[in-house]
Amino acid sequence: MTPFRTMRSAEAFRVSLAAPDDFEGWRDTARRLIQADVPPDRIVWDSPADQSTDLFAQGERRLPAPPADAPQPRASRDFLQYAKSAILHSDSKRFSLLYRLLWRLQTNPRLMDDRADADVRGIDELARQVRRDIHKMRAFVRFRVIEEPDGERYVAWFEPGHHILRSNAAFFVRRFTTMRWSILTPQGSMHWDGETLQEGPPATRADAPSGDPVEALWRKYYTSIFNPARLKVGAMLKEMPRKYWKNLPEASLIPEMIAGAQAREAGMVEAGAQDFGVLPDTLAGIAEAVQSCRRCDIGCNGTNSVMGEGADAPVLMIVGEQPGDNEEELGHPFVGPAGQLLRAHLKDAAIAIEQAYVTNAVKHFKFTLRGKRRLHQNPTAKEIDVCRWWLDGERALVRPRIVLALGASAARGLLGRTVSVQKERGVPLPLDDGSELWITTHPSYLLRLQDHGRADEEQKFANDLRCVAARVSELSH
Amino acid sequence: MSQPALPTQKTILERLEILADAAKYDASCASSGTSKRNSKGGKGIGSTEGMGICHAYAPDGRCISLLKILLTNQCVFDCHYCINRKSSNTRRARFTPQEVVDLTLSFYRRNYIEGLFLSSGIIKSSSHTMEQLIEVARILREEHDFRGYIHLKTIPEADPELVARAGLYADRVSINVELPTVAGLTRLAPDKSATQIEGAMTSLKDSIIEAKDARKRFRHAPKFAPAGQSTQMIVGADAATDADIVGRASTLYGNFGLRRVYYSAFSPIPDASAVLPLKRPPLMREHRLYQSDWLMRFYGYAPHEVQQAAGADGMLPLDIDPKLAWALQFRADFPVDVNRAPRERLLRVPGLGVRAVNALIVARRQRRLRLEDVGKLTVSVAKVRPFIIAEDWRPVLLTDRADLQNLIAPKKAEQLELFAS
Repeated sequence: MTPFRTMRSAEAFRVSLAAPDDFEGWRDTARRLIQADVPPDRIVWDSPADQSTDLFAQGERRLPAPPADAPQPRASRDFLQYAKSAILHSDSKRFSLLYRLLWRLQTNPRLMDDRADADVRGIDELARQVRRDIHKMRAFVRFRVIEEPDGERYVAWFEPGHHILRSNAAFFVRRFTTMRWSILTPQGSMHWDGETLQEGPPATRADAPSGDPVEALWRKYYTSIFNPARLKVGAMLKEMPRKYWKNLPEASLIPEMIAGAQAREAGMVEAGAQDFGVLPDTLAGIAEAVQSCRRCDIGCNGTNSVMGEGADAPVLMIVGEQPGDNEEELGHPFVGPAGQLLRAHLKDAAIAIEQAYVTNAVKHFKFTLRGKRRLHQNPTAKEIDVCRWWLDGERALVRPRIVLALGASAARGLLGRTVSVQKERGVPLPLDDGSELWITTHPSYLLRLQDHGRADEEQKFANDLRCVAARVSELSH
Repeated sequence: MSQPALPTQKTILERLEILADAAKYDASCASSGTSKRNSKGGKGIGSTEGMGICHAYAPDGRCISLLKILLTNQCVFDCHYCINRKSSNTRRARFTPQEVVDLTLSFYRRNYIEGLFLSSGIIKSSSHTMEQLIEVARILREEHDFRGYIHLKTIPEADPELVARAGLYADRVSINVELPTVAGLTRLAPDKSATQIEGAMTSLKDSIIEAKDARKRFRHAPKFAPAGQSTQMIVGADAATDADIVGRASTLYGNFGLRRVYYSAFSPIPDASAVLPLKRPPLMREHRLYQSDWLMRFYGYAPHEVQQAAGADGMLPLDIDPKLAWALQFRADFPVDVNRAPRERLLRVPGLGVRAVNALIVARRQRRLRLEDVGKLTVSVAKVRPFIIAEDWRPVLLTDRADLQNLIAPKKAEQLELFAS
């Protein structure tokens, strides 16, 4: 190629491209210059939007005509791919970098494979930043709806970092084909009417609508989907840098969300705090600790707790729901009307209550005041779960081989799930310590029934107790 | 028990707050990997282009790509780790299918989202709930010709025929295995059954394979969940070790052809069940599990090799990544010659990612690579150096030094995380 280099070699050429993203213009010119053997340092490139270009740069605007027999310049496919992206970059040196690479490709066709080469890394970096900007525009454009005489139009204001508006418009056409939309940027605007895409002049933020009613919903969604227990501000900033925030309706909420996050997490941990510490290793110790337990609302209602009681090392443990009015006053479990009924049935089934350990799933009395009367209220699942800590403690010390749960609350206190008593009664369930659990109804349920219903249920209750009695006597010997 | 009263009084805004809040414990927000579509020639809007788009990021660092909500947070199940469990006293709300459709479309038109990720608490019955979820997808696809992304959480206990219908409308379907061990599931999700979950995952897999096969022969055969199925495991709510979790994940990938297994570090929830641990596991643990997941999916590590990176207690180290941990344990496999070694050996070098390895392989066809060249293609040459041989570099004794970890492991930022938890 050397013969041409002697020709007016001292002179620099000046190329003005039609637009900052004018890839075709750059390619055609570069092709001619390569054919005319003009080395990279003899060319000054500029385009309308590149303000950093030296306006007073001298240079010959008439480009040399390539010789008629000059060969076609060579460019690998991946170079062209990189070049199409890199040319959209805002860096004014992009044209000359691309030309330098093209120049070097003529003698080293596989140059693009050398990823450690400075120019190759340069174009790679430009292309990468442009791709990211394109991706971020697709992500962060926010349309606001306006009413026009012939229907709705969705308008967005966006400030891209590079000259990507034109090349990115096709994405929005593909996605929002049936909508009418406009994207306004400082570099120009794009308008879609459902059929054709039109370019418009640069715009300002004031040209775009200032709000949209749906943004209130979006902002609410943004704050609600955020999990304050896993704050990772750095990860957010990496993908959503501050420069984008001013055009994102949700971003103004961020500082407040971060500030509140730690407090919210601490609050949740504290509200759920069941930092029970170490379980007392005697039943008396548990009884004392239960008396001062305030970990749920029932514990805070000012009543006395009622601890379980019964034989040492019994085979059978009987678990009810919670102490009632009488139990709370007297301080012993199962001494009220339901207790009387239970004792009668136990006697019929030949189970000696004094040889069993009797307790409740919940240790305090939950009630509502109706005049002077304290009316029993069911404990919630949460309250049962909280009190399970004590029941587990009792079981670990008493070590019964059979546990009889009276009613669904008692069953939950032992299993940790809500069961249907009618479905699960009559067959033993294994508990995690190897003992077996029998579930039946609570005697107070029997007390509420009338006539035939009550007779039927009492019969079933008696049957359940007989099964338990049989197991107790088996295991007692 | 009587049916809970329907919360008819709450506004859309209030219900969105409740039902988005209730949905945030699902880690996935992916909208990638589905078939390419656009709205040209259609009556509606929407497109998917392979790569998903994150339209916003919350301060928890998570991507917001989809409108991720529950249809209702009322639930007849009582899973201890879940804020929506029956026994939780959280506020309850519910959307109608049409309301979800309207919300999705108005968000999509403003370019807030890529589509919808819909899940639900179980109301009435599993099949009834599943029908409601499908109805949302049906209205979007059939009545609005919506071509954006739809991810439906399917309910394993629902009629298999319904689960199959979900795949016809959705890009992705998922069923959460919830906990890595059966013991954990029994203890913390007493209403769920591992057998049922796996059965439903198998039938999804079969439908996906069948539909792919049909499309090879009939171009217009209906697509079935083109973005495949995924699942999620909660980390740190039960006693499962990292080795357990890695083993479980690889079985899931193998048996059910999953696209992704998501790990969600258990995080404290309001009104927590008494059975749960109070504090969350370090978020770093979740991160290390994702890294090990990548090692299996993209770096050619077998599950037992990732498990080797874990300590005697079955836990992956929190202070260094599993790839480095593995390399430190198997130093005899290093150094690796960047100018000669096959791809799979280069992928084992700590600090060399898939991108860097590809670039090295292309570049070394040109010329012999020096340490400086490697440095230009990686983030930290100091981390890579002990494990490689280059034209002008041999680590000599460096690879075998006992204090190697201290020389190359990250110093501060990540370890803070350990104390934060």
